[in-house]
Amino acid sequence: MKVAYWPGCVSRGFTPELHGSMAKVAPLLDLELVELDRAACCGAGVIAEHNQELADTLNARTFALAQQTDGELMMNICSTCQGAQSECQQRLDANSEYREQINGNLAEEGLSYEKGLTNKNLLWLLVEEIGLDNLKAKVRRPLTDLKVGPFYGCYIVRPVERLGVDEEHPRDRYMHMVIEALGGTVIDYAGVYKCCGFPIITMNKQASLAMAGRHLGDAIDADADCLVVPCPLCHLNLDLQQPQAAKQVGRDLGLPVLHLPQMLGLALGLSPKELGMGKHVVKPTSVIDWSASVVAGATV
Amino acid sequence: MRIRRFDPKSGEAAYWDEHEVDLDGRQSVLDAILKIRDDVDGSVGIRCSCQQAICGSCGVRMNGKPGLACNTHLDEAAARKHGTGWNDSENGGTTPAGVIEVEPMGNMPVIRDLIVDMDAVHWTKIQRVTPYLINKEPVPEREYIVPHENMVDVTQTMACIQCGACVSDCLSMEIDPLFVGPAALAKAYRFVGDPRDAEHHERLLDLSEDEHGIYDCTHCFNCIDACPKGVDPMSQIMRLRRRAGSDEKIVDRNNGHRHEDAFVTLVRDYGLLNEAELLPRSYGGNSWFGKFHPAAGKELLSSISTVITGVMRGKMSPKIALFGHKLPKSDLNSLKQIYETVEGRDERIELNLYVSGYEDDPEPTPQSDTGPADKSPTFPGPGEESQSASSESETS
Repeated sequence: MKVAYWPGCVSRGFTPELHGSMAKVAPLLDLELVELDRAACCGAGVIAEHNQELADTLNARTFALAQQTDGELMMNICSTCQGAQSECQQRLDANSEYREQINGNLAEEGLSYEKGLTNKNLLWLLVEEIGLDNLKAKVRRPLTDLKVGPFYGCYIVRPVERLGVDEEHPRDRYMHMVIEALGGTVIDYAGVYKCCGFPIITMNKQASLAMAGRHLGDAIDADADCLVVPCPLCHLNLDLQQPQAAKQVGRDLGLPVLHLPQMLGLALGLSPKELGMGKHVVKPTSVIDWSASVVAGATV
Repeated sequence: MRIRRFDPKSGEAAYWDEHEVDLDGRQSVLDAILKIRDDVDGSVGIRCSCQQAICGSCGVRMNGKPGLACNTHLDEAAARKHGTGWNDSENGGTTPAGVIEVEPMGNMPVIRDLIVDMDAVHWTKIQRVTPYLINKEPVPEREYIVPHENMVDVTQTMACIQCGACVSDCLSMEIDPLFVGPAALAKAYRFVGDPRDAEHHERLLDLSEDEHGIYDCTHCFNCIDACPKGVDPMSQIMRLRRRAGSDEKIVDRNNGHRHEDAFVTLVRDYGLLNEAELLPRSYGGNSWFGKFHPAAGKELLSSISTVITGVMRGKMSPKIALFGHKLPKSDLNSLKQIYETVEGRDERIELNLYVSGYEDDPEPTPQSDTGPADKSPTFPGPGEESQSASSESETS
């Protein structure tokens, strides 16, 4: 399957292991990525907060670039991009007059967004396009005995209507389903759908770190070996800031946090090193004994 | 139905009380609670009045989600699972099929069973934002004529019935109980958006400078999903930020406006977010020199261990850490053009879907001059008069 691929900013900035692991995992999932290397930042809600028309124009430009490729749909690997882009797309698709106005801002470049683009986070694409049975069949090293806490964050599950979470598409269960399909054990804990705190790290650092620290602590108490996140911004607060978060909540943490493509990559047979896990602040390799948990179930 | 029972005066722990209820799935959760109270156990504590989603008394959590017990069907509540969405027992939904767990709302102390202390939290916070009009002087001799578009602008916040559902699940308030919170901030926009009010600037200054004010919202969207009236409190908070930063030019001590300003400028100049520049500029001011500002120095020093770990782990290459990443020149030129066009407008263009509704017709409608279909909740609203791309109304 060929997709117009939007990696976002942070996956190419402060979490390069995310973009890197996606590139390694894509061929194993028979995904051909046409990277949107001319598109701009989604604005993460901050540009929309400054000026709605500006955010909608930047994202309409990204959508228009995606529609110029021969990809079947657009795929992102960042919840925040998914949420911010869905918000803009909702307005663009809801009102033709407004859409024309925004397209007017793109006219000079010869670009135009046509209503109805499909933009799916990798998580949605895995379940809805690739399919869990297909995914299971590709597993070469089941995540046997690995206890994984899903951390959805906010932008990929709320608001439910805008993000298409419904009975037919229980997108707020997809991470649970993927973990199980890969042979891992799902750990339910209080923080599954809570906020990592990243958006207020520069405004209220204490509260931000307390959020991250509390959820990490809850997952540890529920006996998780690691968390998995579909969002690099969550990763920044949960992994990069983890030592600070530990200080804030006054307890030892040390819980590895995997990006979704890294968890896929492990089960599809790639090594932790290839997946950039050495780049984490809490190195998964230092906490999880892969030879005992994951590799023990290896069929290769 | 399982009801969470608790009487703080009893000294005993909270417990679940389980009852079989035989009602049609289209009846409400409140119907079931009242049936239990009337037929089985008269001591069940629930606050309710109108039973028509107007009085805002019966806010509770149903299978983990906050809302009004009187306008939630039993079917709908039973289908919800804890967390955000839909029960899926095959895939690990945590509530058994057909069971509805009713709990008191969160973030507020429980008085008894399903009744929470709204005074202690919700009403105190509403009082915090001066929830009444402060007239502009001189007060006109006759009625004050308000432009229609100004009232349309604040209709959404006026739909609030003060039920507290958004307060219940606010994730910022969960960590920072002093956060002014979604309901009160939506109420604040009610007056900031009203041209008759004399103290827009003072209100915005107050809520920007408060470290638990508008910049303490973490964008979790819980309040949007919680609200039974479509108020979208989080969107109102973002509008307060827009008014405070862009219109009133308030540079707050919480770095809220500087962060926004730095973000917007960096995307203009680089096309992508340049994280290494964002942080120092958010603290020190929106230029490359921001990092040398004393305020930035202090913050950066406190973050230095994080940065060093990041670079050591190879998370940030020295090149990215110093120079960031950029789009090609031709694309940056296009972005610059877009910024100039959009930011050069006299009035911001804004589409509020609550007001405009959604077009049902998927085909492009050539020169349609009829207003878009109004799917928004009932309110004394703009109806077909609404501007589809309504410009942000100026408060003069």
